[in-house]
Amino acid sequence: MSSHIPRQRLRSGLIALAGVLAVSGSPLVLAAGAEAGFQQFANNDVANVASLQRGARNFVNYCMGCHSAKYVRYNQLARDLGMTEEQVIGNLMFGAARPTETMGIAMRPADAERWFGIAPPDLSLLARSKGPDYIYNFLRSFYVDTARPTGVNNIMLPNTAMPHVLWELQGMQTGKFEEEKHDGVTHRVFREFKEVSPGTLKPEAYAEFVRDTVNFLDYIAEPMKLKRQSLGILVIAFLLVFGIFAYLLKQEIWKDVR
Amino acid sequence: MSAGPSGVAPTGGGGRGARFIDWIDERFPLTAMMKEHVTEYYAAKNFNIWYVFGVLALVVLILQLVTGIFLTMNYKPSAEDAFASVEYIMREVEWGWLIRYMHSTGASMLFVVVYLHMFRGLMYGSYKGPRELLWIVGMLLYLALMAEAFMGYLLPWGQMSYWGAQVIVSLFGAIPVIGAGLVEWIRGDYFISDITLNRFFAFHVVALPLALILLVVVHILALHTTGSLNPDGIEIKEKKGPTGIPLDGVAFHPFHTSKDLVAIIGFAIIFASVVFFAPEMGGYFLEHANFEPANLLKTPDHIAPVWYFTPFYAILRAVPSKGWGAFLMLASIVFLFLLPWLDRCKVKSIRYRGWQFKVALGALVISFVALGALGLQPATPLVNTGARVFTIIYFAVFLLMPLYTSRERTKPVPERVVYHGHE
Repeated sequence: MSSHIPRQRLRSGLIALAGVLAVSGSPLVLAAGAEAGFQQFANNDVANVASLQRGARNFVNYCMGCHSAKYVRYNQLARDLGMTEEQVIGNLMFGAARPTETMGIAMRPADAERWFGIAPPDLSLLARSKGPDYIYNFLRSFYVDTARPTGVNNIMLPNTAMPHVLWELQGMQTGKFEEEKHDGVTHRVFREFKEVSPGTLKPEAYAEFVRDTVNFLDYIAEPMKLKRQSLGILVIAFLLVFGIFAYLLKQEIWKDVR
Repeated sequence: MSAGPSGVAPTGGGGRGARFIDWIDERFPLTAMMKEHVTEYYAAKNFNIWYVFGVLALVVLILQLVTGIFLTMNYKPSAEDAFASVEYIMREVEWGWLIRYMHSTGASMLFVVVYLHMFRGLMYGSYKGPRELLWIVGMLLYLALMAEAFMGYLLPWGQMSYWGAQVIVSLFGAIPVIGAGLVEWIRGDYFISDITLNRFFAFHVVALPLALILLVVVHILALHTTGSLNPDGIEIKEKKGPTGIPLDGVAFHPFHTSKDLVAIIGFAIIFASVVFFAPEMGGYFLEHANFEPANLLKTPDHIAPVWYFTPFYAILRAVPSKGWGAFLMLASIVFLFLLPWLDRCKVKSIRYRGWQFKVALGALVISFVALGALGLQPATPLVNTGARVFTIIYFAVFLLMPLYTSRERTKPVPERVVYHGHE
């Protein structure tokens, strides 16, 4: 829930006004760090087009069986990810007929609800509602739990209905938990993961795989992010120059006021 | 006007323009109005930075009206389509993302400048006679603005939109006897639904903007009747020169307008920094949970209103009974309306007032900001205790005001405003 706040706080730290507001956010940050010490930052970069292309590949191959990105148009991917429409059609479009379509899926929500208990959410905006760091940690914290129908559980989202779709790549791991007492209540606290069967990717390669996927999700959540930042520099530069002239005008008008 | 062929002097260009103005003046008091409200409206020359927030509020209000018109062109006020239409604006509409971010940032920034504008009024005694009506109209503007912001927040139909509206609308249920029926009447349904969304949309884009524009006009007319006060709290109208112009006043245009332009550009830089580099403002201007579509079956872990409402939300939660909590929340705003009569001190500006008022104003600001910060947090016992302490301080400032303001040892107020000339 709150794992994305540090990033957001860094960004808002640029703005002087955020000072007062940021104070009230800090207890959340501490709480998140204390309860799940393994959490790491995604450190993804939406300006890295190669990473976005790999992330798009990962998304259509591993996620889109169940998850749509219904606000994202294929031809938008072509434009933003430096690909031709032919490349998009050949590599990313498995279910759609035309590149003007959005990234929908064939599975009906009613069916999905019968099979999983809950329809897998659309992922267009996940990186904005949960934050990239949350997804990065979520996809790395599945562990064996025979009590669950899927055989796995997740640290970030306990009792998730989602199976460990990437198990072939990551392999399987178990979680080590310890009981701790706080205020007379016993908590089950996560300590560490232990690999039980290796995947086809080494841990570092798997982390990269997840990072690319998260990067893609971050990009589709706000496709105009890079554009707004580069436009912002121009707008502020203009305002600074305009401001100098406005100030000189004011000085001229007020010079004789005693 | 008439830029003729080269070598030909534009004879009569100004004359024709002047004749056109005369033509209008015979039918509409254009020149008279310009003089009364712009070129011959005199305001004190010693205005400091605190005097820019009124004009900034007007600028942001206009920005909200204009961006709002363009958003309305693509927004669909229905439970089925609202969330998707906002994403459509963000992704598919040309410059839609910029218009939407300007509108969402504008909502928060309008409250920032309005709170600073109100604080200026408190500091320099702008609410004191003869400006009581001006203050009351301003407070009505603040109320209309809160209604406008609250209803607008439902429109994106995200999780926080939905559950925030659910919580706030249910407050009316605390009113004895008619409460339950009233809540149903406001929603038009047994829960927040498509019907609620439609009527909130009507209020947000038609009724309340009209009310806001009308109130702004009344606010400015009232201001121009009494004249603007200044950091010294002196009535400049009382010291006029032989021409009938206040000795300490300078014309709104070009003097104050040229100053305001600098302030507007400075503000625009801050505004643009948010729009282009932090449109979510760390989850305070656009809440993270609102990027999830409204789900009637899933209550978010933690429901908090947007930051500008949280001081009142904290007061509400501080009281164990919902009815009394809602009553105190209302009272916290009503006391602001009564300020001109609660404050018994003859001196207006904080510069010449006693320590009692300075302490009280400090306590008011600290409690308001602290309540705002506490209102953002989940209601733990510690948060509740803090909220109770600051609620008591907040009300004590108003309730004790007649006592401490009549005992103040004030400093002598100068005859003329303190102004050291332009640097």
